[in-house]
Order: sequence, then structure tokens, then C-alpha cells
Amino acid sequence: MPTIVVDVMPKAELLDPQGKAVQNALHRLGVEDFGSVRIGKRFELTVDGTVDEALLEKVREIADDVLSNAVIEDVVGIEVVE
Amino acid sequence: MSVRIGVITFPGSLDDRDAQRAIRVAGAEPVALWHGDHDLQGVDALVLPGGFSYGDYLRAGAIAALAPIMSEVKDAAAAGMPILGICNGFQMLVEAHLLPGGLIRNAHQQFVRRDQRLRVENADTAWTSDFSAGQEIVIPLKNADGGYIADAETLARVEGEGLVAFRYVGVNPNGSLDDIAGLTNERGNVVGLMPHPEHAVEPGFGPDTSAAMRSGVDGLGFFSSAIAAVVSAAA
Repeated sequence: MPTIVVDVMPKAELLDPQGKAVQNALHRLGVEDFGSVRIGKRFELTVDGTVDEALLEKVREIADDVLSNAVIEDVVGIEVVE
Repeated sequence: MSVRIGVITFPGSLDDRDAQRAIRVAGAEPVALWHGDHDLQGVDALVLPGGFSYGDYLRAGAIAALAPIMSEVKDAAAAGMPILGICNGFQMLVEAHLLPGGLIRNAHQQFVRRDQRLRVENADTAWTSDFSAGQEIVIPLKNADGGYIADAETLARVEGEGLVAFRYVGVNPNGSLDDIAGLTNERGNVVGLMPHPEHAVEPGFGPDTSAAMRSGVDGLGFFSSAIAAVVSAAA
């Protein structure tokens, strides 16, 4: 069944406390290769039928209105995975 | 007149009964409302209580903001009904776009519980008229996602139009921009804040004061303000 993957990330200019906590943990482990770590969300929407443009438009709307909050997050990817 | 104030219970609400009790202590009649209904039962004002609706899944308050009753809440907000969002209720109001900005995880990543000093910045709202502008109050704060953020344009508008209702004093407990603890809408009927006025309405159960332990009742003014707003609107 086709799956539509939606990726959401906290806005780049806003602080991401979760990512910062992970970065600090990596530093404690001696991993110094990464300047920053940011944590986002991945949504997998399984499609019962077929994917067409109308469905993708619906997914774009849902991604903007429900899956993300435009005040604090950006939708960074919508991808169809077979 | 007997003022009726509704308290909406969502799955995961914690402080709905405390809010009902605070309303009764303040002299109004609390009305229990249910998130899954499309009925405000004719109440005069509304409280969206604290808690962890839907376990803070997706984003704090985000799924509750899509509850059936929220369409009636939005209509009531547009009609001028006094609506107060406390903690998770505040998160629902920003997710429902009834108040500007957003709330994210506390900057220090910790859950925080403290008796918090606030300054009342706007005493012209339905929920703050019994305070005076600049007055400092102490009420409990307890949350994990209380960091207020907004883009520069929104923040400038919020500050410029006097929409900051409360600001943290002394300690900023969560990294909120401009020490913002609570907001009002332009009309002054919709107010949201992270701290909990309903936990400071009865001697013996509130924050400590210089007079006596647990004697703080600074939260009462929220509810008495709303009662006065309803009575004057009906007159």
C-alpha cells in the first residue's frame, strides 16, 4: 500500500530544547563532530486507495493545519513511498 | 443573577474539578461541559482547564483544539464571551488560533512547579478587571511546555497592542520570550496563561504569603473579574 511521508521540523530560528539536550549528551560521550542536533517529526500516512493530485492536496492541507503548527514548525517534506 | 461558568473536560484534563471549585468559591455556578458535545449549555463564561489532554501527543493542546466542542468555543469567543485558558487550556487557545504565538518545551527541559510571581500587565480584560495594572500576584505554576514563542512580527504586535496580560517577575521559569506568562485577545474576552489561578482561591491551599503559610488567594480575582464582566454585560 502506498504511504505518504510528512516531515515536520521546528523552525530554524527557534530554539529546539530537545535537540540541544541530545547534542549535550553527544558531547558528554566525546562526539564533537556535530555543531547542532535538531529533532523533528515524521508522519506516515498509509493510503487505502491510490495516490492522486487531489489526495496530495488534501495531505498538504492536513500537514499545514494539523500535523504542524506554522508558528513553531515548518513542513519540510511530503513524499510518496510505495 | 446567578452567573454560570462552564468548565470543559477533555481526555487528560487534570484541573477541571479544581476550576469548578474555584468558580463556586468565587460565587458563581460551575457547569461541567464535555469535549465531545456540541453544547455549551447556555453558560455565561468558559474555562479551559489545565492537564495533559491526549498526553500532549502531537503538540500540547493540539488534538484538544480539534475537539467537537471547540467549534462552539470559537463561536462564543467571537461573540465576546469571557473565556479563560489555564496551562493546557492556554495551549489549546493558541493551537485554536484564538490567541497568537505558540508554546514549546521549557528551555531547561524540566517540568517546573513553583509559586510564581506575576505582574498584571493588562487589567482591562474580562478576567483581570479586579486587578490593577502593574499589580503583582503569586499563583502556582506547574508545566513542562510553558515556553512562549512567536515570530518577531507577532511579538511586536502583541507588545504594541497591549496583549500581554501577565509577565513573570523575578524568575522566568521556562524561557518565555519577553517573560510572557499570559495573553489576551484584542477584545479582552479571551485570556490564557500558564500559571494556575484556580489553585490559589482558598486560605489553607494557596501559596505562602508573608501573613501565613498557604494563605494566598490571588487567583480569586480572575473569577470575580469574569463574574463582574458577565453581570455588567447583562445589565
